[in-house]
Amino acid sequence: MSELTGAQILIESLKQEGVEYVFGLPGGAILPTFDALYDSGLKLILVRHEQGASHMADGFGRATGRPGVCMVTSGPAATNTVTGLATACMDSSPMVCITGQVATHAIGSDAFQEADVIGITQPVTKHNYLVRDIRQLARTVKEAFYIASTGRPGPVLIDFPVDVSRAKCEFEYPKEVNIRGYQPHKVAIPNGQQIDRAAEAIRASKRPCLYVGGGAIASGADKELFELVEKTGIPITTTVLGLGIFPETHPLSLRMLGMHGTVYANYAVQGSDLLISVGARFDDRVTGKIDKFAPHAKIMHIDIDPSSISKTVRVDYPIVGDVKHVLKELNKLAKDKREQIKEWTVQIEEWKKKHPLKYNNTTDQIRQEYVIQQIGELTNHQAVVTTGVGQHQMWTAQWYQFSSPRSMITSGGLGTMGFGFPAAIGAQIGRPGETVICIDGDGSFQMTMSELATASYYKIPVKVFIMDNAHHGMVRQWQELFYNRRFSGSQLGPSNPDFVKIGEACGVYSLQVSKKDDVVPAIEKALAHQGPVLVHCKVAQEDNVYPMVPAGSALDQVMDMA
Amino acid sequence: MKHVISVLVENHFGVLAHVSGLFSARGFNIDSLAVGETDDPTVSRMTIVAHGDDRVIEQIMKQLDKLVDVIKVQDVTQEEMIERELVLIKVNAKATARPELMQIVSTFRAKVVDVNPKTVTVEVTGNGSKIDAMLELLRPFGIREVVRTGTVALSRKSELTVSSSAKSESKSKEKSGTQKKTEKV
Repeated sequence: MSELTGAQILIESLKQEGVEYVFGLPGGAILPTFDALYDSGLKLILVRHEQGASHMADGFGRATGRPGVCMVTSGPAATNTVTGLATACMDSSPMVCITGQVATHAIGSDAFQEADVIGITQPVTKHNYLVRDIRQLARTVKEAFYIASTGRPGPVLIDFPVDVSRAKCEFEYPKEVNIRGYQPHKVAIPNGQQIDRAAEAIRASKRPCLYVGGGAIASGADKELFELVEKTGIPITTTVLGLGIFPETHPLSLRMLGMHGTVYANYAVQGSDLLISVGARFDDRVTGKIDKFAPHAKIMHIDIDPSSISKTVRVDYPIVGDVKHVLKELNKLAKDKREQIKEWTVQIEEWKKKHPLKYNNTTDQIRQEYVIQQIGELTNHQAVVTTGVGQHQMWTAQWYQFSSPRSMITSGGLGTMGFGFPAAIGAQIGRPGETVICIDGDGSFQMTMSELATASYYKIPVKVFIMDNAHHGMVRQWQELFYNRRFSGSQLGPSNPDFVKIGEACGVYSLQVSKKDDVVPAIEKALAHQGPVLVHCKVAQEDNVYPMVPAGSALDQVMDMA
Repeated sequence: MKHVISVLVENHFGVLAHVSGLFSARGFNIDSLAVGETDDPTVSRMTIVAHGDDRVIEQIMKQLDKLVDVIKVQDVTQEEMIERELVLIKVNAKATARPELMQIVSTFRAKVVDVNPKTVTVEVTGNGSKIDAMLELLRPFGIREVVRTGTVALSRKSELTVSSSAKSESKSKEKSGTQKKTEKV
């Protein structure tokens, strides 16, 4: 067998993993690897900033369930991916990030473009590797993909010194992975006793409520979840990352809960006697004041990550396991509860009628809610939607009406502004032929808009809707409500660029919408266009997201002034 | 409450940083940490002394278990354990003070390992309370320097080895542990 260089081994290993696309940007320490990439058959999406590469890989991972790959050089390039790694880590998104590193003998000498990437990324990755010996390289790549995509998924980083990429060794790709400290298949299958106790608790409950998060999507459990809801008649609410796991048009859907969730979802959680958490982790934006969260409920928690259980909320019925497996088992024991919980569902229906999601659409100004609702209608609620972070993100969660899993791609945990646009590019690469839409804010978009050139060059047909309210809208909202209207640092209007000109300068078809009547035609035009599109929507500047549970309040202390 | 946690880890570059980073990132307090290779050179054993209520200790155990380089985790405190720490104490010891000092040393079955005109260095091995008592008695002489290895401990009944029982076993224990704890609620 002939010998390959480390760079060639890395590229061959990526091929063995079925990788087709690499998001990246070259530089000194990764040059040998980019050289091997050049005629390898793998396709490079050359980004403008490494943060973009990391969010693209993340977007790809969330849209497909397979790890996205980003590859950048050492030092500043590697540190530029840190936000992307942290975003992916918080939201359990599968990703493999390869960073160049200075030669092994120079590590620790403050060499040019050297950074302690292993040290820096350790808290923001599921696992990371420094490859110091070429003989460990193929195994490391195999393990990295395995760790990234199994158990609770997450980003894995491989730090790849330049001398290792030049060294030579025989290449044999390992067939199996055996990591003695990481055996997710053993926790995937739930404990039978836990299942029996859970099924009994579900049978006994009078006011049950399902609370479902991103873990159910990662597990691919939409059918099992649908079966459980249909079989039992238990109402279901989702987190922002759980959106799409269950159709929001279904009568048992309570839509999203939490700080900007529906009033009825939050009331249902607070009033429940059994809260069944499925692949969710009791984030503070979901629970509100933790001691007053679901005060009458026994808590059931299904999660593949044992450390999520009883982390913030005391759990009464823990089930460690893969959501799909667990729900299959529970479905075997589930019975129709509709009669038994009729009083409860009638109560919920009343809340639904009394506190629907609403907004004032009678003014001349364009409401973001309206634009998002129209995008939902015109894409039949079937597009893949990415967002930045802030008001537009919450309104997208409220008004798009998601109906299929992996269709809402948003930074829920870390709350990374600038995530949406590069994530959309990554999602589109992963799901060619599907409609991919980025609903962004003027603030968020400007953080990563350099990737317009990337979308344009590769003709990636994402449709970006910039909700330009001339503010960091969510900051403005908090300042209006809690800081005496002192708008410190939240006004963008005077300094916002001409987004249409920026789009056009990058060769992206760009439109502006400033009248309500133009909204629908603009969406239609954007959807009909073959390539990437930028739609600059000049929306109401002082709109607030409601309902809102102020930070630190109990979930049922809702402000609803819409 | 104080807990002694034994951790078997891959004997790799960077694993100690992973473990200590986890403690600082999650806001857990380490009282002491001792680490060394085991009889299997690919495996190191860490003994971590940490304090916190049951919930904190449960999280520490779970978060440690989650690290890929961690092979097994055991809360030794829950078992009958043997606990030792080695301490070197350098104290002021003029000629007149030495008889009393030597008496303390022999009472504690400690050892004098270095003597010079002004100081005596004592080596003492034992569990935490013995060492605290020793330090208390030596304080009046004037302690110049103390160095402690940190606690090491092992269970008298069960063995924590890579092969004896897989990591998953400790996981299933943990699962039922979680169950038991919640049953009381």
